Amino acid sequence: MLTIKRVPTVLSNYQEDATESRGCGRNCLGKCCLPVSKLPLYAFKSDSKPPVSPSDAIEDPPVDFFLNSLLLGQWEDRMNRGLFRYDVTACETKVIPGEQGFIAQLNEGRHLKKRPTEFRVDRVLQPFDPAKFNFTKVGQEEVLFRFEAGGGQKSLFFDSASVDEANPPSVVAINVSPIEYGHVLLIPHVLDCLPQRIDTESFLLALHMAAEAGSPYFRLGYNSLGAFATINHLHFQAYYLSVPFPVEKAPTRKIPIAKGLADGGVKMSLLMNYPVRGLVYEGGNTLKDLADVVANSCIWLQENNIPFNVLISDSGRRIFLFPQCYAEKQALGEVSQELLDTQVNPAVWEISGHMVLKRRKDYEEASEDYAWRVLAEVSLSEERFQEVKAYIFEATGLVEAEVEDMDADENKATYQSTTASATHFSQGCLVLR
Amino acid sequence: MVALRLCPIATIHDHTGTLPPPAAAAMAEEMGSCRDRLIDQSLTARYSGWILEALDELPDNFLITDPVISGHPIVFASRGFLAMSGYAWEEVVGRNGRIFQGPATDWRSVMEIREAIREERTLQIRLLNYRNDGTPHWILFHLCPVFAMEDGRVIHFVAVQVPILRRSRCSRSGAREMIFGACRNEVRLDEDCGCNLAVDSFLDMDNKGLDAEESCKASDREKEKALNAANSVLSTMTHYSKLTGRVVCTKRRGSAGIAPLSSSLNISLGRIKQSFVLTNPHLPDMPIVYASDEFLSLTGYSRHEVLGCNCRFLNGPGTDAGVLQQIKDCIRAEQACSARLLNHRKDGSSFGNLLHISPVRDASGKFAFYVEVQMDENLKRDEHGLSPKMRQLGVVGQVKVAMRTLSSRAGP
Repeated sequence: MLTIKRVPTVLSNYQEDATESRGCGRNCLGKCCLPVSKLPLYAFKSDSKPPVSPSDAIEDPPVDFFLNSLLLGQWEDRMNRGLFRYDVTACETKVIPGEQGFIAQLNEGRHLKKRPTEFRVDRVLQPFDPAKFNFTKVGQEEVLFRFEAGGGQKSLFFDSASVDEANPPSVVAINVSPIEYGHVLLIPHVLDCLPQRIDTESFLLALHMAAEAGSPYFRLGYNSLGAFATINHLHFQAYYLSVPFPVEKAPTRKIPIAKGLADGGVKMSLLMNYPVRGLVYEGGNTLKDLADVVANSCIWLQENNIPFNVLISDSGRRIFLFPQCYAEKQALGEVSQELLDTQVNPAVWEISGHMVLKRRKDYEEASEDYAWRVLAEVSLSEERFQEVKAYIFEATGLVEAEVEDMDADENKATYQSTTASATHFSQGCLVLR
Repeated sequence: MVALRLCPIATIHDHTGTLPPPAAAAMAEEMGSCRDRLIDQSLTARYSGWILEALDELPDNFLITDPVISGHPIVFASRGFLAMSGYAWEEVVGRNGRIFQGPATDWRSVMEIREAIREERTLQIRLLNYRNDGTPHWILFHLCPVFAMEDGRVIHFVAVQVPILRRSRCSRSGAREMIFGACRNEVRLDEDCGCNLAVDSFLDMDNKGLDAEESCKASDREKEKALNAANSVLSTMTHYSKLTGRVVCTKRRGSAGIAPLSSSLNISLGRIKQSFVLTNPHLPDMPIVYASDEFLSLTGYSRHEVLGCNCRFLNGPGTDAGVLQQIKDCIRAEQACSARLLNHRKDGSSFGNLLHISPVRDASGKFAFYVEVQMDENLKRDEHGLSPKMRQLGVVGQVKVAMRTLSSRAGP
């Protein structure tokens, strides 16, 4: 069994005393309290075409409502009530000078006063363990609202709604250790106690949340077990940061698809010139088309025990998938002490280029080269990545077209492959299966 | 799916004193007309009434936008631009430049433009835009900021658009017609008189296959043309700004007085559609350094009348001195507070102001401003059923998020 020791991130104020079972009457999210709750409910509109251009989403007033008035308003309210472990707006943040524009944040409070805990990293799928901390133990004051499908053509908001037995509630709760303002957790079907494992329905829910928020700066992320998820209870994270992430600016190269995606309209690309190798999914006639292709890729990864991270970007229009192997390398003692000392956990936000640093020294000295080196450790090797990509194609029923002989196009100069950046890139790793 | 027995909040709360629709509609209309006025006056206030005519005489394709008005709208579109894009003046002015983008517009280019605006710098980039009839065309997009001499703030952006001529190597087929195969839209617009079918069919075929990968590259001549066009627009603007004494320049000048809010911050704040001001507690008498459009329409003042002033001009007969003292105490303690005050508009009429004040920090984590959110107490709930308190907190949240807007220049 492979394990690593790390300081767990505290996502909820109820996490500390997770082992002792507290009798209820404290408005938790468990079966005792949630079914009789009166939480606010945001019922999103039924699946429709995602907005085709970046222009469509932003001018729609309800879009502004969900993110700005509801989510941020509720978040500010919880801040006034003192539910967070620290004031994230007091954390210094900057863009690291350079090509990529990595973002660094100095966050000294996030890991304070916690002892390192042992995490098993060699199993991406682990059964739900009711004895461990999970979100049913969270107090309702940490919940901002429920987020569920309304089925109508328009999204609706209810100030207080009762829970209907036929429809298991999905909730948006605060992360009490936020890495940016508005940091929340989306917990699909909280009462079902699902382990951290992607399924098509939950992934579509996450995509809907990105679409409802309608801002390119409000992104959702997912970490699998073994890729720095700390809690084995299905959840996505999301927060607001109004700068483009380096990964969103990285060039991509479209993968010509011969068969498989014809009807859904989903496009797949390879991430180029970025320290972590990854796949980019975009397009799709409906959100569901896009969600299904990505979710099926994730399902193959988790079933084959490959840890991964997912970034849902551009209001749900672009999705990045990163298979990774850092934790395994760490467990095998293959990560340099220098990197370990920084205690950077390369989860989805770090991989996307938002580096949360715990020591002032690291923050002040952070350079692009340093960020690149940390992230390069996370990536699969080119060989292994190609292998994984081929498996994903097979599993999702896709066939890559023969690479057509493209004209010598002057643009290709910028589409430099990751492997070519030898100056930055140290050796990738192989996940042993 | 949500059970049908729930009814939306708008109906639930009918009895709680929601404004009757006509009043709400009138209010919305008033807000709309306030923004229209700002758009109308965006150029004339700064460059005199002659500016529109002068700009109209320039032959180039260009837009002027105002980052200070919410939504960063277009405030001027040249004749050349309208002819090229197939839009009418009314369809363009007041809208954001995003309307010209479409499904095949490269997201990276859009992101680069977004960043250049945030960082207030000049940018030249090729871009796939869409005409009014839905056809895409490649343009060379040249963006440059216009600064106010007095405080170094960005007050406008000029966006020149030069159509890119399609050369043979851009295309994969159709060698014979290549000489006619221009992606200049003039070809389409001007050759309406019995032009040869070969060109038409080529262009049709061409547009179908047009996507991000198949693209034209701008020639040096086109790049120069864009730069020259931008320069002539800028020099016209500089020239006419001297008539009002509110001079503009094309390079940022260091200013001695109040450090202006950056344009990216202004744009982020402009997206917040509620009445609020930012005040700077580090300056004598805590002056207003930002006022939202909705604040101006609520109080009836214009922006230049309130910037630099302390908020006390809203007070008057009937304003409770005890409440004012409470607010002062909170500010001294760097705490958030909520209060109800009787305030006065410019025309002398009064309104019950549900005021919420909260300190906000900048990206370095230091206390930088107070955000003060005003709400007319007659507006109990908005159409989506959020309480005034939640809406006010939403504004504070949005301001805090905007404060963490970063610039890549912010590095050491």
